[in-house]
Amino acid sequence: MRVSERPTDPAGPGWPARLHVVTGKGGTGKTSVAAALALGLAAGGRRTLLVEVEGRQGIAQLFGTDPLPYEERHLTDAPGGGEVRALAVDAEEALLEYLDMFYKLGAAGRALRKFGAIDFATTIAPGLRDVLLTGKVKEATTRSTGQRRVYDAVVLDAPPTGRIGRFLNVTAETARLAKVGPIKTQSEGVAALLRSPMAAVHVVTLLEEMPVQETVDAIAELTQFGFPVGRVIVNAARAPLPAGTVVSQAELRRGLLAAGLPADRATVAGLHGEARDQAARRELEDSLRADLVELGRPITELPLLPGGVDRAGLQALAAALVAAD
Amino acid sequence: MDRYARLVPSEDAAPRLDVDRILADPGVRIVVCCGAGGVGKTTTAAALALRAAEQHGRRTVVLTIDPARRLAQSLGLTELDNTPRQVKGLDVEASGGELHAMMLDMKRTFDDVVLQHTDPAKAAEIFANPFYQAMSSTFAGTQEYMAMEKLGQLHARGEWDLIVVDTPPSRSALDFLDAPARLSRFLDGRMLRLLLAPARTGGRSMFSFVTASFGMFSKVVQKVLGAQLLTDLSGFVAALDSMFGGFRQRAEQTYRILQARETAFLLVAAPEPDAVREAAYFAGRLREERMPLAGLVLNRVHRPAVPAPDAAESLAAAQRLVEAGGHEGTVEVLRAHAALAEQADRERRVAARFTTAFPAVPAVSVAAQPVDVHDVDGLRAIGAAISQP
Repeated sequence: MRVSERPTDPAGPGWPARLHVVTGKGGTGKTSVAAALALGLAAGGRRTLLVEVEGRQGIAQLFGTDPLPYEERHLTDAPGGGEVRALAVDAEEALLEYLDMFYKLGAAGRALRKFGAIDFATTIAPGLRDVLLTGKVKEATTRSTGQRRVYDAVVLDAPPTGRIGRFLNVTAETARLAKVGPIKTQSEGVAALLRSPMAAVHVVTLLEEMPVQETVDAIAELTQFGFPVGRVIVNAARAPLPAGTVVSQAELRRGLLAAGLPADRATVAGLHGEARDQAARRELEDSLRADLVELGRPITELPLLPGGVDRAGLQALAAALVAAD
Repeated sequence: MDRYARLVPSEDAAPRLDVDRILADPGVRIVVCCGAGGVGKTTTAAALALRAAEQHGRRTVVLTIDPARRLAQSLGLTELDNTPRQVKGLDVEASGGELHAMMLDMKRTFDDVVLQHTDPAKAAEIFANPFYQAMSSTFAGTQEYMAMEKLGQLHARGEWDLIVVDTPPSRSALDFLDAPARLSRFLDGRMLRLLLAPARTGGRSMFSFVTASFGMFSKVVQKVLGAQLLTDLSGFVAALDSMFGGFRQRAEQTYRILQARETAFLLVAAPEPDAVREAAYFAGRLREERMPLAGLVLNRVHRPAVPAPDAAESLAAAQRLVEAGGHEGTVEVLRAHAALAEQADRERRVAARFTTAFPAVPAVSVAAQPVDVHDVDGLRAIGAAISQP
């Protein structure tokens, strides 16, 4: 794909940032949402990069590919001639690359690794580890060839809500340890990008109590640290409950008979119980939805995919995401 | 689709996990609940501990890592004070059991370890070091290590019949098994000894043959991290030096306790691909490490209340009613029932990935609760559901 053929505006009006950080409580499907967003933003001949930083190989599992190396690779095509590339950032590799860039280490870098120095350096100070990971993401986000940025958007499958504040707040962590030197400079550059309108942190949730609570807490923390909060993405959502109450058992019995189904006591009571549980669940979902609205952030709801997240499902989520205004 | 739905394995493909037998067995002193994040691990741990106290009369303590606020409150945990607190108002008169609960305070546990292994002056020096501060609050693996450390402490005190442990919401469920080894390897490592050497007196030691490489290393480190960082680090390492042996020994001790017959690992999962894959991976690891896996608790399982009509029949019947007009309420009920039946089939197929790979591991399914659990009654109901034959 030649650069000149790529459109210059973002794929969706609701996604003006260039770096999209996707977080959420574990189990909310943030990897799927991040992948769908990268796919959606690549539509129409654009190019995006989907990045993971936790060594989980979640992207490879989602797409059914071999484990991703520390290398930007073609992941999949997007409709309309777009492309999604993927990268699994590894802190050790990032440090080596970084040292090589600044100090032309070459073979000495490999010797350091053999010696355990790299493992050591990334282990001793978690803040250092995070600044290497986010530093790589920053580099990919701002990299350009000629007049043109290499990626129209970078989507980061970030650590979960419980760790996101600390992960992004790299300057605070490294400032304690490195008071001068290139690590400090590096972390300041990352911090500036993450607090600029170029970045947005999106929080994925389910309509369940704990994920919603963590969403509320994470947004408060991100806001306090000065990170631009983007969207709240409600994954696996069902439409709000239509008004009205559960049908009575007598009414249900007549309905079942009219449909030619068995209408014995056990069947009627069983189906009625299911409907009641369902209504209780929906009621809770509606009240949680109201809690999310109170956050005052734009909310995007993604439908529950009954068949699980396959390629067609991802495409459906991608379309739903970029359609958000 | 329907043709394949009939190939869904039956629920009793795996032997049934008898949780009550484990909770009642005086030989079982530790139950470790592990699994991916977001599968109800903490709730399961709390429910099991409550049941052990109320039904089996055991003096039980539950060690939670990061409980939801309302769940913590229901156990009387209002602050992170790192000490077991007795949960009041339980139904333990008949059984004579007790339930105590605590939340792990990672930093304080680390501080305690330091205090235990060194004199107050040296401890103060360690606490003031920026590296210690970073490591004790944010080191990847510290939470896992400290959870195991706390488990070791509770176990050593010998005052509990049963300790139920919730494991940290790790990046991967394996972290808490690996963290102690990683931390002790790290504290005991070659790099640290090298850094330590200049701080030692008469530091000829092993240095003579690696001087050249170290010179290069220290030059690079100084360049990248700054000399001050290196000084802090060196001080940190020197101060911790006296504790290395202790750290490793404790990690090894806890590891051996986890392998012993008094421990029972329970995998907690939900019928979702990620959680089941994680559980299968973990089961493999436990087998490799020769750690006693007692079974799988599959949470949030959906089952229709009645087997008939099945999904296809329900949808066809709903369609007939729509065409004939009227009975809107019944149409809605039938559609919801069809969706539930389809979800149940899907979940069975996902769960079968585990039971096929580990056919001998006992398993139990716990129905999804219509609302979240955040009181003792809710925990009691979960405990009963896990134990129901």
